[in-house]
Amino acid sequence: MTTVSLTVNGQSVTADVDPRTLLVQFLRENLRLTGTHVGCDTSQCGACVVHLNGQAVKSCTTLAVQANASVVTTIEGISQGGDLHPMQAAFREHHGLQCGYCTPGMIMSAIDIVNRKGNAVDEQTIRAELEGNLCRCTGYHNIVKAVAAGAQAMAQAPLQQAAE
Amino acid sequence: MYAFEYHRPTSVKEAAGLAGQAEDTKFLAGGHTLLPTMKLRLAGPANLIDLGQIAELRGIERSGDTITIRAMMKHAEVANSPEVKEAIPALAEMAELIGDPHVRNRGTIGGSVANNDPSADYPAACLALNATIITNQRKIAADDFFQGIFTTALEEGEIITQVSFPIPSQAAYIKFRNPASRYALVGVFVAKHSDGVRVAVTGAGSNGVFRVPEMEQALSGNFAPEALDGVAVAEDEMNSDMHADAAYRAHLVGVMARRAVQAAATRG
Repeated sequence: MTTVSLTVNGQSVTADVDPRTLLVQFLRENLRLTGTHVGCDTSQCGACVVHLNGQAVKSCTTLAVQANASVVTTIEGISQGGDLHPMQAAFREHHGLQCGYCTPGMIMSAIDIVNRKGNAVDEQTIRAELEGNLCRCTGYHNIVKAVAAGAQAMAQAPLQQAAE
Repeated sequence: MYAFEYHRPTSVKEAAGLAGQAEDTKFLAGGHTLLPTMKLRLAGPANLIDLGQIAELRGIERSGDTITIRAMMKHAEVANSPEVKEAIPALAEMAELIGDPHVRNRGTIGGSVANNDPSADYPAACLALNATIITNQRKIAADDFFQGIFTTALEEGEIITQVSFPIPSQAAYIKFRNPASRYALVGVFVAKHSDGVRVAVTGAGSNGVFRVPEMEQALSGNFAPEALDGVAVAEDEMNSDMHADAAYRAHLVGVMARRAVQAAATRG
């Protein structure tokens, strides 16, 4: 067993884990944060995307022990009190989901896209930047619309951005 | 994934020491090839030595006419580095074409170079840019480093610490991606140096990354796409699989090379 200490959604967490534990397993099974999904389990689909030190990564291809001393944000950590994060609200408003399985990864990627590309990110850039997230319902059209709207909304929500 | 002992050294010396003492070790860089391989039980090292906490493996420096990238720099960091973008924009653009944004936030130059995947992008950049791979033991010219599919000059327990790239006068990388995997079906990196042109091809060769001397010779005389008219690579040295047969890959090498020369010449 190896000790891992990290911050998850603002809370300090320390645990002894089998070193082969994936970050996504640690989040889902140890911490019961089951919003982060396992889709393909081969780093293709992006259902498992979380933020590691502020950057979007695939938690199915990261060991929990590699996240030692890091800050992790999952889909559970982006809302403020009872208020959805602007990107979550945009996905709801624009029906950016069908079955919902890819949605947590899509939203975590979308926030990362806005952090890197800005609030005025255009459709072409959104489509290119979402290449690591697959929607098997093929609902990309509304996802792209939701990301663009969420990006704009994030500009109007400085407090929530700061919390991210 | 099979069980393993996990080690988290904080210096290259400590990492090399661990590799010397322990049996059946693997170094873990970004983990985006090794971890999937371990999940499939195609690899099952008894000891995993994580290089992620070693500060001396981080950083990018420009010194005169050379850019040096330390081994644990991630693809996204290379793609966004002001130093790399200014000195060798083709290298930053190549890093931006690897995988997807999440992969680029984890995968590293050292890991990619050490793995020498026959469809990886960095080996082509290293060969065309005449890079030197620097390890904890020695310096190895790219021409001597890549020795065939997943095979390099690295000895057991040897650690890449940095890769040093001479700055070319013009360069470009053009990649024809497999639409599913996003790996290079064919990728061609062209670089014009003061002493001639180097052309390196990834994804296509049946023995991994390779240079094309006939193209280099033609382009050293005239650095323009039309210099490649009538210059072709041999089909029988090309990879052939369900994604593309050898003839198609050979054809694509020529097309990608012309586009790369065009892009490099246009950049000026």
